[in-house]
Amino acid sequence: MKKAEKSRKKIYKQRGFKQALPFLLPASILLFVFLIIPFFFAFYLSFTNTRLISPIPPRFVGFSNYVRMLGDDLFGKALLNNFYFVAIVVPLQTIFALFLAILVNQKIKGSTTFRTIYFLPTVTTMVVVAVIWTFLYHPEGTINAILSFITFGKWEPIDLLNTERIAFPAIMLLSIWQGVGFQMLIFLAGLQEIPESLYEAATIDGANKWKQFIYITLPQLKNTSIFVIISTTILAFKLFDQVYIMTSGGPNYSTYTVMLHIYNQGFRMQNVGYASSLTVIFFLIILGFSLIQRIFLREEREVF
Amino acid sequence: MRQRSRKRMIIINRIISYILMIILAIFFLFPLLYMISVSLNPSEIDIVNQMSSIKGFILTTISIENFKDVFDRMPFQRFLFNSVLIVGTTIIAGLIVNSMMAYGLARFSFKGRKMLVSIIVALIIIPFEAIAIPLLLITNKMGWLDSYQVQIIPFIANPLYIFLLYQFFINFPKDLEEAALIDGAGWFKIYWKIVLPLSRPVLASVAILHFLMQWGSFLWPLMVTRGYTYRPLTVAMQTFFGQAPIYWGDIMAFATMMTIPVIILFIFLQNQFVKSVATTGIK
Repeated sequence: MKKAEKSRKKIYKQRGFKQALPFLLPASILLFVFLIIPFFFAFYLSFTNTRLISPIPPRFVGFSNYVRMLGDDLFGKALLNNFYFVAIVVPLQTIFALFLAILVNQKIKGSTTFRTIYFLPTVTTMVVVAVIWTFLYHPEGTINAILSFITFGKWEPIDLLNTERIAFPAIMLLSIWQGVGFQMLIFLAGLQEIPESLYEAATIDGANKWKQFIYITLPQLKNTSIFVIISTTILAFKLFDQVYIMTSGGPNYSTYTVMLHIYNQGFRMQNVGYASSLTVIFFLIILGFSLIQRIFLREEREVF
Repeated sequence: MRQRSRKRMIIINRIISYILMIILAIFFLFPLLYMISVSLNPSEIDIVNQMSSIKGFILTTISIENFKDVFDRMPFQRFLFNSVLIVGTTIIAGLIVNSMMAYGLARFSFKGRKMLVSIIVALIIIPFEAIAIPLLLITNKMGWLDSYQVQIIPFIANPLYIFLLYQFFINFPKDLEEAALIDGAGWFKIYWKIVLPLSRPVLASVAILHFLMQWGSFLWPLMVTRGYTYRPLTVAMQTFFGQAPIYWGDIMAFATMMTIPVIILFIFLQNQFVKSVATTGIK
């Protein structure tokens, strides 16, 4: 007995930094080289005029990249488009995801199968999704036919992805189609955390389904909703694959986004310095949303 | 009397639910089924002529002609091999490296441990998009452009997965490990023989999240690969799509071959998939 006690103490003594180091080293090195260094490097580059391939050594240019940004109409346009995307997609996708989650959370036969079906687009790579929907959006394609059918022929078939006011909403639709399954599952996990007893008590008190939804489900899902809203917002700012493949930002920059601008500036036009300053701003936006999420979730914890 | 009307309400509710679920299922399935249907249609003229009507959806002749075309026009098997190799290696190396770090943080006591955990949590916020360009410069300096390692090594360690595993290990009972220690087993042996086998569910969840991210990866391989040799399916798909003339049958055959294996895998691993997505929400 005593011996065991002794050796146990010895074990605790042997759990120091030296023993931990071999476990920590591989990931630490990788994170340092491929995440932390590039991260600080981006800040440094944003104050230089570095080009991707150039014989002239880069020069320190102070804040001039950031000043240039102020006069960059395309950046303004891209930023506005990102906000437009967030303003439409985030509320629609969140409400839709919640609706789907409630629908498949019912204890009825086959709901798991439907859950699987709603999740299939999420498993489908965005590149593939973009290609399929380009086909559906073809001037003589299915979507035009459906629009024409439901408006009793008033809708004239058009090249949806080449029409300034329609191209972006068209991309929004497939983005929601692809992403909503993921958010649905997160809501579903949240729904299943709600104690059954709350609903039982409400039923005894005579509260109908709608009242139960407003007074139990919604407040209980507060944390989940904040997470879903913020994560959808962050994903909306990263918007790239769909617009790159389907429209390259056109027509007339109506689907142009910040990520596309960073890619074009840094990679196509090789203005690495300027692209890095765009990247820094992009990071600060994401950081802002992440902090908002943390503040909200922390407050919630303090209340309880 | 009252009970009967309540029963009727339940039945009506159920019918409405089913109708809604079926309509939504059509919305989610239609584009995917259309993809498969077009891929099996050998006549490009028929595809274009019928794309606006229900006829395009119902096949009169089924053929694998388009699939053969894909192999004739592009080394599809090469891209598939590349994708599987890149994703597979990243996930396996990632599971080992990330779980080791998480275990090191969860089971050892040393000065600065808490700080290290905070740093990992803070790193989760950095989006890949914000480091893509400096990372390109760094990997370029290393002479890694157009290679496998440029698509694998930077994506092995991931702070989110370290954090998820860390949370699992922290709540994991220590008894077994202590017993093994008393028996004289080393830390690495304990980690490898006891901890990892008992962590299968969480490892599977992390592997699935890693898979979704790596398999769909597009921006980075677009930036770092040139020819056919190291390209994954995503970039190859985009190139194939952009090549004139556009044969929708061929394109959809490519898309189908890229999608169906993943969907089958998903259906097999369903419950784990659901869990893995749910864990990301509980951050």
